[in-house]
Amino acid sequence: MARKDASIQRVTYNRGEKVTGALMSLPAIILLIAFLIIPIVYTIFYSLFQYQVVRPDSMEFIGLENYLEVFQTEEFYVALRNTFYFTVLVVPIQCVLALCLALLVRSRRRGVSIFRTMYFAPQVTSMVVIAVLWTVLYNSNANTGLINALLSTFGAGPVNFLGDPDVAMNAIIFMSAWQGAGYQMMIFLAGLQGIPEEQYEAASIDGAGRWAQFRYVTLPGLANTTKYVLMITIIQAMKLFTQPYIMTKGGPQNATRTLVYYIYEEGFQSGNFGFACAIATVFFVLVVIISLIVKKLTRTK
Amino acid sequence: MDKSRTASIRRTKIAKSTAFYLGNIIIGVIFVSPLLWMIAASFKPENDVFANMTSILTFIPVNFTAGNYVEVFQRLNIPQILGNTFLYIGLTLVGDLIFGSMCGYALAKLKFRGRGLILTIIIALSSMPVEAILLPLYIEMTQLGWVNTLAGLVFPFMMNCFSIYMFYSNFLDVPDALREAASLDGCGAFRTFISVIMPISKTTYATVFILDFIARWNDFMWPFLVTTGADKRTVQLAVQSFFGTNPVHYGAIMAALTLASLPMLAIYIFMQKYYVQGIAATGIKG
Repeated sequence: MARKDASIQRVTYNRGEKVTGALMSLPAIILLIAFLIIPIVYTIFYSLFQYQVVRPDSMEFIGLENYLEVFQTEEFYVALRNTFYFTVLVVPIQCVLALCLALLVRSRRRGVSIFRTMYFAPQVTSMVVIAVLWTVLYNSNANTGLINALLSTFGAGPVNFLGDPDVAMNAIIFMSAWQGAGYQMMIFLAGLQGIPEEQYEAASIDGAGRWAQFRYVTLPGLANTTKYVLMITIIQAMKLFTQPYIMTKGGPQNATRTLVYYIYEEGFQSGNFGFACAIATVFFVLVVIISLIVKKLTRTK
Repeated sequence: MDKSRTASIRRTKIAKSTAFYLGNIIIGVIFVSPLLWMIAASFKPENDVFANMTSILTFIPVNFTAGNYVEVFQRLNIPQILGNTFLYIGLTLVGDLIFGSMCGYALAKLKFRGRGLILTIIIALSSMPVEAILLPLYIEMTQLGWVNTLAGLVFPFMMNCFSIYMFYSNFLDVPDALREAASLDGCGAFRTFISVIMPISKTTYATVFILDFIARWNDFMWPFLVTTGADKRTVQLAVQSFFGTNPVHYGAIMAALTLASLPMLAIYIFMQKYYVQGIAATGIKG
């Protein structure tokens, strides 16, 4: 069908179209080249150089040495592990939370939009606002930290949420899942609306209970939505920077230093541009590989 | 609940809706309690902020004061911060909507040399993490002399592969008959785009607008890297630096956080339909 249309168009529009098409896409293409393609090329280019920001004149080609150094640096593996730890935990927690919230507010009852807004509220602020707020809420002193105050009424705590290397990343995960779930909830809600009501009716005539309906109607009906949600949540999680920057500065004892944070530190704070670009290239390749794996895994299902 | 189906349907209905409202009220209030505390604390005198932490009273500003907001307005140049933010968002958005839709339209409906290649590149880069290229992008800004300028903030994000892709996939659905009719009326491809395609694609524009607005509003890392002076700060940067600036008054910090949430809240309330559609659309299109 599309093929046929195309051939008709070629007859009707041909000449002017070629020029107009190129001209119309030109501004975007120029911006694309200037601020995306060139930086990509330069990330790889700089990564092959010994390049200190303070001494731009003494740039020296060193081949793959930066990469060898990256893979021999303990700190890189710590950042890699932190990034994976965050991703592996936050993605399922946030997605399951989002799905539960979507199921809670899928009904068309009067006032449901108030509840939707409540669950979406952390999204309407911003990650910076939320991170600052939770830094205060997570305060290790039960007299000033709301969460420790709550724990103390149950006779627990106080927990040094952001100061204990074993706890800090978990604290960031909990907060991030809470902040982010509303977004995925909206996507799941749209997915739920796409499931025909008849399927539920048919299932309930067949005697399917609540759980069976969820298992055999809702979940399969949400397959495509889930794939998409997983994909964006994973990529989002791998880019973690704002929360550790505001809440822990990558600490305590590097427990929350992620790959992007490590790139920022090496590149912008220590000025090791070449080295930082090598980490950035590795980071980029990792994101591509992981998104391809996720795509493949979800396709076969 | 399902078992009583044969009994009184009405009674189950009431029970179900009670469970719905009760469950949602309890879960919802717990869910937003951190935000409620933030708003409550913003109206408390500094000495009260951390008072009564173990009682429900911590969510109520007993000695109500607006002093924290006065302090925020005195210590921060709010008009300037808002001005910077909306210039940044506004200019990136104008570029993204105009250039993005033009490019998306050309890719979807016009045949020209290099179209396939451009499309492939745009799809491939649409989910690329910009964090990976920020270092050379920053170097580029220093070379252009754009560090700590509006141009440096705006230009790199005036084009967004994901927006182009959204426009592209939406314009694909526009029937060709429309274009043919316009061309019979003597419209060139560009005129057709301006006078026929744009007006019927308002929803697509609103969707991209919202998605982009959210992304720019939340963006922290790029403004943080490229602006160095306090006079170029966006809302997110101002909030972050206010948190670490002496004197640290928690009531005022909470007031700043609350204020920083208001613009997005307004957008959400006034554009709720598009806001929700926009987020949902990514799930359907993606």
